Amino acid sequence: MMGRLLAGTAVFAAAAVAFGFLLLPIVAIFSRVSPGRLVAQLSHPVVTDALVLSLKTNAIAQALVLLLGTPAAYLLATRRFPGRSLAVVLIELPLVLPPAVAGIGLIAAFGRFGLLGGTLDALGIRLGLTQAAVVIAVAYVASPLYVRQAIAAFEEVDPDLVAAARTLGAGRTRTFFRVVLPLARRGLAGGEALSFARGLGEFGATIMFAGSLQGVTQTLPLAIYSAFDLNFTTALAMSALLVVVSGALLVALRLTLQWQPSRPTSRFLFAPSR
Amino acid sequence: MATLQTDFTLPLRAFALELALDVSRTVALVGPSGAGKTSVLRVVAGLAEPRRGRVSLDGEAWLDTERRVSLPPEQRRVGLVFQDYALFPHLSVRANVAFGAAGRPVDALLQRFRIGHLASAHPRELSGGERQRVALARALARDPAVLLLDEPLAALDAHTKSEVRHELAELLRELALPTLLVTHDYEDAAALADEVGVLVEGRLRQLGAPAELVARPRDAFVASFTGANLLRGRARRGEGALTAIRLESGDDLYSADEAEGDVGIVVYPWEVSVARTHAPDADSALNVVRGQVGSLVEVANRVRVRVGPVTAEVTAASAARLELAAGGLAYATFKATGTRLVPL
Repeated sequence: MMGRLLAGTAVFAAAAVAFGFLLLPIVAIFSRVSPGRLVAQLSHPVVTDALVLSLKTNAIAQALVLLLGTPAAYLLATRRFPGRSLAVVLIELPLVLPPAVAGIGLIAAFGRFGLLGGTLDALGIRLGLTQAAVVIAVAYVASPLYVRQAIAAFEEVDPDLVAAARTLGAGRTRTFFRVVLPLARRGLAGGEALSFARGLGEFGATIMFAGSLQGVTQTLPLAIYSAFDLNFTTALAMSALLVVVSGALLVALRLTLQWQPSRPTSRFLFAPSR
Repeated sequence: MATLQTDFTLPLRAFALELALDVSRTVALVGPSGAGKTSVLRVVAGLAEPRRGRVSLDGEAWLDTERRVSLPPEQRRVGLVFQDYALFPHLSVRANVAFGAAGRPVDALLQRFRIGHLASAHPRELSGGERQRVALARALARDPAVLLLDEPLAALDAHTKSEVRHELAELLRELALPTLLVTHDYEDAAALADEVGVLVEGRLRQLGAPAELVARPRDAFVASFTGANLLRGRARRGEGALTAIRLESGDDLYSADEAEGDVGIVVYPWEVSVARTHAPDADSALNVVRGQVGSLVEVANRVRVRVGPVTAEVTAASAARLELAAGGLAYATFKATGTRLVPL
């Protein structure tokens, strides 16, 4: 009796510590500075520049991730070929790379003296200290989160449903848009939200590959890092901003996953007419 | 009437499926699970690519490996009803049926299959029988030239099944399309098809009218699939015109068929009488098997009784009169002319 009570208490205590530990830094950010001052700091050009840049580069990066990652994931999920497992592992590799390694890798590949440096130079493309470099760093680090989730989502679509659509006269394209995509939608949305959150917080690879130039390559995380030495209040304000944006993403993710398409809506969204 | 012609070889995991078959009315393929039945439908529909062969409808090639012709599934006019129906879970009944209708109105089909009132329901809200009707309506909305049915009755409970079987038989007669259906249940096959083929390990063992398979099963597999009793024994020339077969139990049975060596004795349940006592002088049946009454299973107005190794079918009234009960002793008797001998 006593033992069970003790065990119960220990479990609750552990849960309380874990919860507090995860919550404390967030609470601290918002408690150090009054909301009024936080909001006032947000009009600082360093902050607005970084916010705009972060949203813009992430939007472009995620568009690329969706556009290129979705077909890649679909192929990997539906085709069986030698070396498939290896391909999946390689796609997931950037996920476990230390950010510094990712940055070095990007420099070695796309930098002026990198593998593709000469080619890019000949084409008149300079990536160093440009927004394109930020987009590449974000896409490199964030895409595996989407692609691996998308593979899982596509694998879960019953192959008989795909076969049924085909025998009912739908070609590959129509089958994909009317059957596969609507059924995989939740998994894709979940993966995309995770990828977006990861990209928004990207720091290491970006600072190494793209640098930290205000208004050009300085995203919110980079701006927080450089403000940290100069003006701690500004750093706090930007951190609060990132917490709010990331929190909103998390909520949106939750809502997407619970969302059941009501009939007319789902037809509008996912059933392009023939 | 249109004719679907198939002749192909498709390597499967444990064996190769080899089938040459012409279908102009309803043909049922029966066989144990894993015999390759579903693969036949997938080849015809274009969902599986055989190593060599041809599939054609009235001379129009859907597949011809020699001429490197292989139409994709969407260009073959097949209506395939999947075993689990494969209804699109994210679409309403109406949208499911309209999926392959290419803009043709589907209301008449919804009415015909009595699913009009379910038009806006989703598949998860339907019963098994309703799902089956939606799957059929969806396959027909595509305006198929060939109908393919994969275990069309397997997902239904026993009560729904007999009703649906009757409806389906009528529908197939009305449609008059070349229809290929696969099932593991011989009774379903016999009720639905004009011709039944027994498929075992990728090969067609016998093809014929349902009654012909019962009357003249070519081998032990065919016999057991048509629902017959199969007893194993060793045949030798007996007295007179009869063949005597020694069972493993040591008992002798007699058949009017001629054979020698190891054979299977085929006898249908409805050829077998059951009695509580046995009077040899008063019975024309030469074969007697004495054994314990095993299971008693009611099938409509009949009862299937297991006596030792033999299943007999008697009327419910007889079963009651004989006071048959599991565990009691009984005699199963059948005539020598009611048996067939088949190679094992």
